[in-house]
Amino acid sequence: MALDKIGIAKRIAQEVQDGMYVNLGIGIPTLVANYLPKGIEVELQSENGLLGMGPFPLEGDEDADLINAGKQTITTLPGSVFFDSAMSFGMIRAQKVDLTILGAMEVSEEGDIANWKVPGKMVKGMGGAMDLVASAKHIIVAMQHCDKAGNSKLLAKCSLPLTGVRCVTKVVSDLGVFDVKNGAFHLVERAPGVSVEEIVSKTAGVLIIPDHVPEMVI
Amino acid sequence: MPINKVVADAEAACNDIRDGMTLMVGGFGLCGIPENSIAQLVKMQVKNLTCISNNAGVDDFGLGLLLLNKQVKKMISSYVGENEEFERQMLSGELEVELIPQGTLASRCMAAGYGMPAIFTPAGVGTEVALGKEVRDFNGRNYLMEMAFDSDFAIVKAWKGDTKGNLIFKATARNLNPLMAMAGKITIAEVEELVEPGELEPDQIHLPGIYVHRIFKGKNYEKRIEQRTVRARV
Repeated sequence: MALDKIGIAKRIAQEVQDGMYVNLGIGIPTLVANYLPKGIEVELQSENGLLGMGPFPLEGDEDADLINAGKQTITTLPGSVFFDSAMSFGMIRAQKVDLTILGAMEVSEEGDIANWKVPGKMVKGMGGAMDLVASAKHIIVAMQHCDKAGNSKLLAKCSLPLTGVRCVTKVVSDLGVFDVKNGAFHLVERAPGVSVEEIVSKTAGVLIIPDHVPEMVI
Repeated sequence: MPINKVVADAEAACNDIRDGMTLMVGGFGLCGIPENSIAQLVKMQVKNLTCISNNAGVDDFGLGLLLLNKQVKKMISSYVGENEEFERQMLSGELEVELIPQGTLASRCMAAGYGMPAIFTPAGVGTEVALGKEVRDFNGRNYLMEMAFDSDFAIVKAWKGDTKGNLIFKATARNLNPLMAMAGKITIAEVEELVEPGELEPDQIHLPGIYVHRIFKGKNYEKRIEQRTVRARV
């Protein structure tokens, strides 16, 4: 069965390594923080100016001056630090942030990503997404494999305005895990109960399938 | 004469802001916005403004108030998703909008404040953000040349300031405020606490007063929260 949002978050959390500095985009990526493997410690970077982002505050402890990039109230942890937006994106561009996890509307087999604009309909803005995808050492995309009409979002070429070019290296969708390299999606794992045939039928871009595709363990 | 940049209030600070000017406004969402100055701009009814600000507030607070009153001709921002009126004005063509990457917005403020005419960034290469801009190759990677902002005023919010204009910011209310403070031709700072020189430790000041022209102690801060997310107490 296809994964739900939590399932995708749980699978992505397995990719996070001890000691990493990680930026989590809004939506499914923020859920990843709840499912990090036991015993590892990571520093979460919030691009509005905080390293060491903590969990949501206890009821009553909300501080209007302490929010994350999604404008949610949060807390700090021992060792947290605040800085301005230029330093924030400076550390992103200088590749001090090890891993970026963000959502996408479309990803292409070349690793292009579109996640900020649907012309004429939704133009909320790119926020920090273009900086993140242009800079990160490792980018993992969390996304639905198909749109509501059932059309594949893993494409030969993105149809929507791009956020970045040739930058995505890993996609975790509700159907599987894919490496993106050499102009193709490489199927690495399938979601529990999802067949290779279903994934093939729902992937519009070039898809390379190994002899054996294991199921995710989450 | 001792340096004293204190003015009485937002009215005194903003009195020479005119129609058609370009204003930088600090804040990220509703966090760290100069509430008193924004209210004063609404009261003054200055029009045809170009506003450089990361976001556009929400429909009924922050810069959203200026939009509701049709006082803004052009917005330069990175994300406007919280404001439906903004999205409507933009899609209908009533409002000119330049959406730019947040890091680019921050760095163009920084460049202006650091006396650098332009910066190079990889953000936006290969996207519509790159249209009309020079692209240069450095060490085999493409970068866009982005210009330092040119702004008549910068209006920022800080936590504490002294009468010389030295500022300290709080938590994530810092965001773009120090950068805009450096970049404005005239910088207005509103603070929650205004103190005498010497009360802020030199090592603890985030923004030197040399960048600030007018400072006032603000009042009645609402400090609205856009997304109140909590864990339940057990």
